[in-house]
Amino acid sequence: MPMETTQTPQSAPAELESRDMMLNIGPAHPAMHGIVRIVTKLEGEQIREAEVEIGYLHRGFEKMAETVDYNGVIPYTDRLNYVSPLINNMGYCMAVEKLLGISVPERCHYVRVILSEISRISDHLTCVGASAMELGAFTVFLYMIKAREYLWELVEKVTGARLTVSYCRVGGVKGDLPEDFAEPCANAFEETRKVLKEADGLLTRNRLFADRMMGTGVISAEDAISYGITGPFLRGSGSDYDVRKDCPYAVYDRLPFDVPVGTRGDNMDRYLVRMEEMEQSMRIVERALADMPPGPVLVNPETGRPIPAAEMVDEAKMGNIVSISGASAVTCPTLEGSNHTQHPSIATDEKRVFFPPKEDTYGNIEGLMQQFKLVMFGHGVRPPAGEVYFPVEGANGELGFYVVSDGASGAYRVRVRPPCFAIMSALPKLLCGDMIADMIPTFGSVNMIGGELDR
Amino acid sequence: MNASDLIESITGRFSGAVVSSHTFRGDATVVIGRQSLLEAARFVKEDAAFEMNFLMDLTAVDYSAFGKQATPAFFASSGVAVTPSPQIPPQIPDDDPWPGPPAESRFAVVYHFFSTAHKHRLRLVVPVEEADAEVDSLTSLWPGADWLEREVWDMFGINFTGHPDLKRILMYQEFEGHPLRKDYPVNKRQPLIGPVN
Repeated sequence: MPMETTQTPQSAPAELESRDMMLNIGPAHPAMHGIVRIVTKLEGEQIREAEVEIGYLHRGFEKMAETVDYNGVIPYTDRLNYVSPLINNMGYCMAVEKLLGISVPERCHYVRVILSEISRISDHLTCVGASAMELGAFTVFLYMIKAREYLWELVEKVTGARLTVSYCRVGGVKGDLPEDFAEPCANAFEETRKVLKEADGLLTRNRLFADRMMGTGVISAEDAISYGITGPFLRGSGSDYDVRKDCPYAVYDRLPFDVPVGTRGDNMDRYLVRMEEMEQSMRIVERALADMPPGPVLVNPETGRPIPAAEMVDEAKMGNIVSISGASAVTCPTLEGSNHTQHPSIATDEKRVFFPPKEDTYGNIEGLMQQFKLVMFGHGVRPPAGEVYFPVEGANGELGFYVVSDGASGAYRVRVRPPCFAIMSALPKLLCGDMIADMIPTFGSVNMIGGELDR
Repeated sequence: MNASDLIESITGRFSGAVVSSHTFRGDATVVIGRQSLLEAARFVKEDAAFEMNFLMDLTAVDYSAFGKQATPAFFASSGVAVTPSPQIPPQIPDDDPWPGPPAESRFAVVYHFFSTAHKHRLRLVVPVEEADAEVDSLTSLWPGADWLEREVWDMFGINFTGHPDLKRILMYQEFEGHPLRKDYPVNKRQPLIGPVN
C-alpha cells in the first residue's frame, strides 16, 4: 500500500521573519570580569549595537581622598587596580611629590621601578591567563597564576602584603628591599620565564586560540587615540606611545627596554604585546637590580648595634639617650627596612614630609616631634596650594593623578585617570560587527579592572 | 614646544578669551573662557605645532570650599582639632607659586591634552558659573570625551552642550545630587533603588 505523503509548502527565504534580538550580558556573568553590564542588539550571532553600563563597583575614591590626609589616600589607591597596586601607589606618591616640589633618593626610585615592573608582570599574567581560560585554555590560566604566585611572594617579601600593599609613602617607600632580594627575584623570574615559554607553546600557534584571537576586536591606532586608549591596547594597534619612554619618570630613562608594537590591532596582537612586555619588564628589573646604588643594607647588614625596639623604648624612658643614640633597633617585621641605617636611601630628607626612622621616634625628642607633626590631626604633609598632573605607565595604560591642594593637610581634589575607562568607552565600537563569541576574547584583552574603572 | 611656548602660542591665538595662565611645576596651564573652548580644543588638535591628538583627561573641580576645608568627616570625633589658619604661609618653599583658583566662579572644568608627536602636554581650565553650569561638549572632536563628560555631569552636575546622551555613568539613575560637589556630605546615604527599565 503506498504511503500517503503530505507536502508542506516551502516558503520563500524572503518571507522569513527576521528580528534583532536584545541580549543582556552581566552584571554578574562568568565572562564579565568584575561587574559590568553589556546590553547587545544581535542580528543572528552578530553584534549590531552594544551599550556598556559601568559603575557597579563605585566606591567614591575621589570623594574619600578629600576626607583624609595625603598619606591616608595610599590605601585607597591600592584598591584602584588591585592586580598591580604598586603602580597606583607610585603614581599617586609621585603626583604629590611633584606638588610638594621634592624628589626621592635614587635608590628609592629604583625600588619603586622594580616593584612597578613586578606588578606589571603579574597584571599581564592575570590578563592573559584569564582571557585564555575563557577561551578554554584552563591549563594556561593555572600555569600563569602559579607564576603570579612567585611574583606575589616577592612582593610579600618587600611589602609584607600580597594585594593591598600600601608600600609607597609621600616622599619615599615604607622600607628598603630585603637584603637578599636579588636571589629570590632571579628564581621567581626563572619560573616565570618557564611559564611564559610553556604558555607561548600552548597558545601562540594553537589553531583554536589563534582563530578566535586573530581579526577580532580590531581597532586602528587613530581610532584608539581618539578614544584616549593607551598602554598595551594602543600598542597592539601600532602606536608606540609608552609613558615610560615618551615622558620618562623615576629612572626609566636609564634602563634599557623595548616597546613592542603590533600591526593589526586585533586581540592576537594585544596578546603578543603583553607577552613581550612581560619579558621586557623582567629585563628592566634585572638591569635595575644591577644598577641600583647600594643601600647600607647591601653593604653591611651588621651596621649599627641592633637592639629590640621595646628595650630601646625602655632605655629612652630611663633617660639613657647616650647609649641608644645612633643605634639600630630590631623592629617588628612590618617596619623592617625603615631602620636608621636604611632610612636615608629610601626616603626624602625633607623632614616635613617623611616619618623619621623608628629609632628616632622612640629614642629622641626631635624624632618624636617629627613623627607627631606628621600624624597629628590638622598637621601632616602640607603642600603649597596648586595643581599638578602626573602620569605613570600603569599595566593598562596611562595612569594619571591630578591633585589640587589648597594648602591644607588633605588634598582638595584627587582625580585619577583610569586607563581602562577609555578602553571601556570604546568597547561598543570594538564589539559591533563581531560575533557574540568574539566578545569574550575582546573583553578579555581590555583587561577591565572594576576597581579602577568605577573607582 | 615647552610649557611657556605653548602658553604664548595659545594666548596669541585666543587673546580675547584667555583669562590667565601659569606653569606651576612645569605644567602648561591656560584658563580660557568657555565661549572659546571648542575653538581652542580644535586648534590644539589640528594645529601642526600643537598636534594634541590625545584628550587624556577631562574632569572638574568644585572650588566653592577652597581654602576653608572643613574638619575631615572621618576624624570629626577623634584627634586634636587644629584648624589650619590661612595666615600661615605654605611650609614648603615655592619659587613658582600657583596663582590660585582660576576665577571667582564655582566650578572649573579641566582638560588635559597630550601630543604623541611632540610629547607635550597642555591643561585647559574653563571656569563655569554655578547658575549656568554648561560648557560645549568635545565629543565632536574626540569620541572619548563622551564617557568623561558623562562622568563630570554625574559627579558635578555640569552640562555639556551637544553631548549625544548625557546621563549618569557611575551612579544610578535615581541618585539625587552630584556627589563630588563640596556641599554633598561624604557620609550622606540614599536609598538604593533598582533601575527603572
